[in-house]
Amino acid sequence: MKMTESKEISIPDEVKGYTQNRLDVDLSTGKITKTEMTPEFCRDWIGGYGFGAKVLWDELKPGVDPLGPENVFVWAIGPFPGTILPTSSKYGVFAKSPLTDMFGMAISSGSIGAQARRAGVNMIVVKGKASEPSYLVVDDDDYYLENCEDTVWGKGCWETEEILREEFQDQRLAVLAIGQAGERMSRMACITNDRNRQAGRTGMGAVMGSKNLKAIAFRGTKPISVAYPKEFYQLAKKLIKVANGPATSKYRDLGTPAGLTSYNKLGMMPTNNYREGTWDKITEGEFTGETLNEDWVVKKVACSQCSIACDHLARVPVSHPDWPNLVASVDVELLYGFGTNCGNADWPSVFKCITLCDDYGIDAISGGVTAGMACELFEEGIITKDDLGYELPFGSSKNLVKFTEQMILGEGFAGEIFGDGTRKAGERLEEMGRKNASYYGMHIKGLEMPAFDLHGMTSFAVGESVSIRGACHLRNGAYGLDAKGKFDRFAYDKPIERGNAIIAVEDIYAVIDSYIICKFTRGVYEDDDEMAKVYELVTGIPHTGASINKRGAAIVNLSKCFNIREGWTRDDDHPPEKFFKDAHTKGPAKGVTLKEKGYQKLLSGYYKARGWDEETGIPTEETLKDLGLDFVIGNLEAKGGKK
Amino acid sequence: MSKAKIRKRAGKIHQFIMVDPDLCTGCETCESICSFVHDGVFNPINTRIHRVRVEPVFNIALACQKCEDAPCIRSCPEKALEKEDETGNIILIEDKCNGCGFCIRACDFGVISLHLDTQKALVCDLCEGMKEEFIDPEVGEREPQCIILCPKEAISLKNVEQIGEETRFDAVRRLFSDQINEYES
Repeated sequence: MKMTESKEISIPDEVKGYTQNRLDVDLSTGKITKTEMTPEFCRDWIGGYGFGAKVLWDELKPGVDPLGPENVFVWAIGPFPGTILPTSSKYGVFAKSPLTDMFGMAISSGSIGAQARRAGVNMIVVKGKASEPSYLVVDDDDYYLENCEDTVWGKGCWETEEILREEFQDQRLAVLAIGQAGERMSRMACITNDRNRQAGRTGMGAVMGSKNLKAIAFRGTKPISVAYPKEFYQLAKKLIKVANGPATSKYRDLGTPAGLTSYNKLGMMPTNNYREGTWDKITEGEFTGETLNEDWVVKKVACSQCSIACDHLARVPVSHPDWPNLVASVDVELLYGFGTNCGNADWPSVFKCITLCDDYGIDAISGGVTAGMACELFEEGIITKDDLGYELPFGSSKNLVKFTEQMILGEGFAGEIFGDGTRKAGERLEEMGRKNASYYGMHIKGLEMPAFDLHGMTSFAVGESVSIRGACHLRNGAYGLDAKGKFDRFAYDKPIERGNAIIAVEDIYAVIDSYIICKFTRGVYEDDDEMAKVYELVTGIPHTGASINKRGAAIVNLSKCFNIREGWTRDDDHPPEKFFKDAHTKGPAKGVTLKEKGYQKLLSGYYKARGWDEETGIPTEETLKDLGLDFVIGNLEAKGGKK
Repeated sequence: MSKAKIRKRAGKIHQFIMVDPDLCTGCETCESICSFVHDGVFNPINTRIHRVRVEPVFNIALACQKCEDAPCIRSCPEKALEKEDETGNIILIEDKCNGCGFCIRACDFGVISLHLDTQKALVCDLCEGMKEEFIDPEVGEREPQCIILCPKEAISLKNVEQIGEETRFDAVRRLFSDQINEYES
């Protein structure tokens, strides 16, 4: 389908679902203005990710310091929050990332989306920097900034939320906030809301901190109407039931930690900072999803409007000497970060590290991977007890907690060196003359890697490397191609076919991130047409499976173009060197390393399948025109910014 | 809702929405549905069932308990609330309600509120007042939609006798498991 056809997608007299209200917040002047987004903008950019990509392309000056006042911070939802569409209460944040110096984005859920939608906002664009620590309030049509130097500044995310709820005398007040890490602009800083939900990745909390923006509080009382109430109710009822059926049982029952066992079997569970892909603590049943659920999980809770309830709350018993009664929100990524990847099977210390990240406010994936790097550097003798003040071999538990707290708060050697993630840690250590330190930082484009060991994952080696926001499993989910055996995961054949398979998921994921709904519900829709149907029933705009996928491709391409403008080159789409040099000593991928030539062949295949230049990886004019991205043509020259 | 099997107590029905906190995940779906099927728009401010989350782990939702000697009825200065014997529901006589909110103060469970648009009292009516267009054609009659849609089947409609009976059975199965299991295959 050509873009001209997308323009032919008719827009009803009254668009539903969207509020179409955009708030512009200039923190430097304190001025807040409200404008109306056009129905065409909503149709073409859908919501969340799409809105963020378009606004950042249009309004962010290339090459700016991501932690300077010129960075643009976008908060956005799509048309669904506040309806009963399963997992619809999601929001996204977008800015130039201080971790990658490229397109930054993170998505969270909880109650924010629904409350904000009832307040009537669809998008907030924050520019400049407040002269004093402030938080933004969106209370129906009252928008204002409040000084918080003496109230919540300096407080953790959890306490900030509690204090603001007390202040507003409203336990349902939706609060997204940064913690101490965001205030000090740790490049790993996240945004926390509803205690256990994080917009974690790419340092969006640091961008808020750089703007002196501590929090945004939402509440609203406005009704939400949909274009076809009766038909929507019928379909939503079905989707709610399916979303609690077999399609999502893996997220509900053992939860994502079930992956500890399944990925361990494939040799793809990163252990000891990717030295190995299997771990005897998993094989022997000590550190598995089953053990977690039997011994530690006390409750599973849900975000607003979610039928699945994937949030597994684990509790440390009251009799524990160090962290009695601690409750942590756990998933596989965090058990990888502070568990397998640090060689730490002591559950309570893993839970403690997770809560430190969530409360003080850093991304627990980046935090865990940075801690794993520190453990390996310690084992290699590149950092020592004299540096840290304590030992930190793989398998540390109490010392790992100590390290994590210092890393988050920027204290001591751990904080000074590791407080901004793996890439900065490597640079800082090498500046100190600690040779080869960067080698142990497991990141792509500066973003720390999620829980997949790329030794023996040739398709995902490409999928994870081409991800717009840096190392990420949620941009195209190509790990599934390796895990499910769609292609030979040790081979480098079928570059175009693999490229197309990655793209097929990447485009619909871009739609899902724009709607925004949870990827856990992708399987509840019969097909993409049904996913488009629900959009039409809510908004009145008749998209189809084909037309939403086309928009997904446009959104991926536009954010890619953002990266190119910031100085992206082909070399940035590359897994860490470790995968090419050091192999596992045991397990299914024993002795296997990625091969440079083969990897580059698959990467070119992906570019070609995308309609990008096979060599440079830059979208061709033909591709840009086909996607209606004519406004990008001639504006792709690198303006710097990437270091 | 089918009334054939509802147990009466001395000719009266006393049944209400009950939520199991072990099953409730706090997803708020019940609130959104309640407002939608009554008003045709989503707005949980206008719900008759209310989710309560006490961090970090406790979740439940509460709705009208249908008290026999209901404080809301006693307290209403306009006599706008009445008990309907046939269903056990507490019903609002809209013309009489002046939105003073005294019933909200009187209710021991905090499950009465005022509708944002009409400023009249909202009490769980077990969906007797839901819009016709949302009735499931396969069911053909009104039934509490929060029960139908709760993803975790945490919500049920219980008669006071039934609650005690279920609890007694649970207790007996727990206390006399050996004797009982002896006869179970």
